[in-house]
Amino acid sequence: MAKRILLVEDEANILEAIGFILSRDGWEVLGHGKGETALAEIERVDPDILVLDVMLPGRSGFDILRDLRERPTTRALPVLLLTAKGQTRDREQAMALGANAFLTKPFSNDELVATVRSLADGRAPSAAAGHDRRGGA
Amino acid sequence: MATLAERNGRVELTGSRIRDRRLLIGMKQSALAEAAGISPSYLNLIEHNRRRIGGKLLIELARALGVEPGVLSDGADATIHDTLQAAANGLGEGGRGGPETDRIDDLAARFPGWTALIAQQRKRIGDLEAAVEGLRDRLAHDPVLAEAMHEVLSSAAAIRSTADILVREADLDPAWRGRFHRNLHEEAERLSRRATALLGHFEAPDARGETLSATPVETAEALFDANDHHFPAIETGGGAAIPAILDQSAGMEDAASRVMAERMLTRYAEDAARLPLSSLLPEAHAAGFDPSALLSLGGGDVALVLRRLATLPREEPAPAFGLAVCDASGALLFRRRLMAFSIPRFGPGCPLWPLYAALARPGQPDMTILETPAASRFRAWSVAQPVSQTGFGSAPVMQATMLISPVEAGDGAAIPIGPGCSLCPRTGCRARR
Repeated sequence: MAKRILLVEDEANILEAIGFILSRDGWEVLGHGKGETALAEIERVDPDILVLDVMLPGRSGFDILRDLRERPTTRALPVLLLTAKGQTRDREQAMALGANAFLTKPFSNDELVATVRSLADGRAPSAAAGHDRRGGA
Repeated sequence: MATLAERNGRVELTGSRIRDRRLLIGMKQSALAEAAGISPSYLNLIEHNRRRIGGKLLIELARALGVEPGVLSDGADATIHDTLQAAANGLGEGGRGGPETDRIDDLAARFPGWTALIAQQRKRIGDLEAAVEGLRDRLAHDPVLAEAMHEVLSSAAAIRSTADILVREADLDPAWRGRFHRNLHEEAERLSRRATALLGHFEAPDARGETLSATPVETAEALFDANDHHFPAIETGGGAAIPAILDQSAGMEDAASRVMAERMLTRYAEDAARLPLSSLLPEAHAAGFDPSALLSLGGGDVALVLRRLATLPREEPAPAFGLAVCDASGALLFRRRLMAFSIPRFGPGCPLWPLYAALARPGQPDMTILETPAASRFRAWSVAQPVSQTGFGSAPVMQATMLISPVEAGDGAAIPIGPGCSLCPRTGCRARR
């Protein structure tokens, strides 16, 4: 059975493109575009991996990640954070909050797929991906 | 009484002050040395700034000279010494051993002019570092800018992912292919709008309603912007009103900014005297504020007419006017910005602006329709003229002036221009650097 991945991203065209790519890679892909209802959607969908944008309408990805790590049911959920900032401070914040990987927009599809596969295998994301960083959790 | 050093604008050293004071009261060097309990030769070294003094000896000398010790020392050696020490520290661990900090006093004594220059440059570097820090802080923390950057990069991410799918997925279903093509087009349009908005953010005053003034020119321009480029006091009172305007304006505590603003206001006053509102306004009303119909005003000085049209009172029913003035090197000397017509804060403007083309045909006014990357259209009147008297065989100093005003969008011919290459989204432009 295909593993399930949830994309929390408010940009519809990004959602459609990376959803397509991950579907081709064998994932069951679900999407969600609102920060304020993301936690409830994560609880409902119960994904194997979460791809989470940082800047979301309603609630930031950082806030959502903080809550995920405080909840027993989602504490170990592998999370890939997407951000358009890419600054050292954001990476450090993402890692401190327990992100498992970090990609800076605009990333390549190959980077995305490689990083998601690494998370699924329980490995540290490949350094060749360029922007990803291993977090805690 | 001002000493020579003070009249020259230099910080005077303690030794020089002791010597000046002694000569002022007609006291012999030997008498002062005896009163202070030191040898005349040692006092001579002190008076020529070859020895630093302080503490008990400074008090004794001050008592003998009939002044407070602070009169001899406050703000003198310590300022110079500390400033030079800070300049040396700022170099860090330089090569070849770095500056000889143990000989700062010798340097200050032997080369007071060079010492003052180092101190001034140290201050200037500090001011510039503060300005850079402010701009960097803005880039890092400005929430509006961060959101604008996020939107631009999100569009780039969508385009990159979608284009990659279209190129690499050879067996893509036609329905999906059409869908991704539409997404690509939609995202490209969105990117264009977002990039333009981002550029506008760099050009606009910041969210606090203040302008991040990094240079004296910018501070002076902020003074003009704050007054809508119109100064009723100068219109009625001439240049005599300038000091009061400067005293009441923000940022004028900085000497360089004040000099720059005074220069700009003086030109304003000269322009107002040569083409007063009482002469300009009736003609401008009759001509519908069309510069082309007003070129004979001001004794035929076209640049004067263009500058004056950019300083009309707000209550006049005139179109919005922007202005740019540059010298023959292309350096922008003065800007009055208009919304949607970006003029860079730093560096040159767009090489396709008629402002620069005017320099190639001095004295020949021109009118052109311009179109920005966001499809906004402007009418631009431009001219280049000499700004100084010349003698036989000497080249005139030229300045070009461009007045701009928005026009309705249309299908007619227009020159595609931008805000300057460093900010311009027209990647295929033939004039791009």
